[in-house]
Amino acid sequence: MNSGLVMYEEEYRIISGICDRLTRDANAKVVFLVDKNGQLIAASGQAQNLDTTSLASLTAGNVAAMGGLAKLIGEKEFPNQFHEGERESLHMSIVGGRVVLVVIFDAKSSLGLVRLRVKKAGEELGRVFDQLAKKQATPGAQSPFAEITDDDIDNLFSQ
Amino acid sequence: MSFINYSSREINCKIVYYGPGLCGKTTNLQYVYAKTNPEAKGKMISLATETERTLFFDFLPLSLGEIRGFKTRFHLYTVPGQVFYDASRKLILKGVDGVVFVADSQIERMEANLESVENLRTNLAEQGYSLDRVPYVVQYNKRDLPNIATVDELRRLINPRSVPEFQAVAPTGVGVFDTLKSVAKLVLTELKKGGG
Repeated sequence: MNSGLVMYEEEYRIISGICDRLTRDANAKVVFLVDKNGQLIAASGQAQNLDTTSLASLTAGNVAAMGGLAKLIGEKEFPNQFHEGERESLHMSIVGGRVVLVVIFDAKSSLGLVRLRVKKAGEELGRVFDQLAKKQATPGAQSPFAEITDDDIDNLFSQ
Repeated sequence: MSFINYSSREINCKIVYYGPGLCGKTTNLQYVYAKTNPEAKGKMISLATETERTLFFDFLPLSLGEIRGFKTRFHLYTVPGQVFYDASRKLILKGVDGVVFVADSQIERMEANLESVENLRTNLAEQGYSLDRVPYVVQYNKRDLPNIATVDELRRLINPRSVPEFQAVAPTGVGVFDTLKSVAKLVLTELKKGGG
């Protein structure tokens, strides 16, 4: 099986910092980062009123569907997408081929500014995810779940 | 593909319900949603057609509790069962940690079951997974209907490898949680082995 994504404290701090800065620099309402399988990695800005789990899953579904369409017309993928609403708009950008950076913004910002800031943040995030991938591939980096016992698993289902 | 987050001490896994059209995949999720405490579940999303057939997927996030201080979360997805939605089915299998195959026990749906299992095998292989290795359970649904095949017949056709199997009547919940618990357990056992 493919190995899953593991997020460590150190990288999480760096990633959150990049998302926070992007929220400020792009005048965005919310910034969030989702892995392509629909798991939320980080959220920044006014995310507390949003159902971020659903957002993450639908983002991944959308990116996957657009990726499927891209392949049908001979493109590798559509790395950037923009959806314009009456009040709020949404920009999605694929980072390092494996995560999606989503920015929600309103009239206080503009598509041009968001694009510009996303490009820079995307490059920084790409480097962090490369670092994470290396860390995970290091020999001896065993599964953090290697120590759980069958009893631990059984207990989860005993309630 | 699981996601382990040391920072928030969470582990997230993806389980996909697969099977032919109208076999009861969405009904399984609806029952789980209806019977789960509000604090343990998120919103259920159904991307469906106007006639309530699944168009892209259903999605239900579920918290199971903690293992060694890690919150375990399962993301349950269904695929659209109708044959012509194959492109969508492939996308939903991306990053899957465990699969439930929901079979329709009615005799006239045997061919559709077989076609769907083969389709699952092919689509998993395209994503680099093998049906023989991925955590996998089978559910024989609609056991309350009159014109059904015997479990022996179903097993011979759909489950020759004898993975864990469950008889179910999804609308009333018979077998629904047994199926889910079984696949969740297999997924966690796989993670323990370090394969997740």
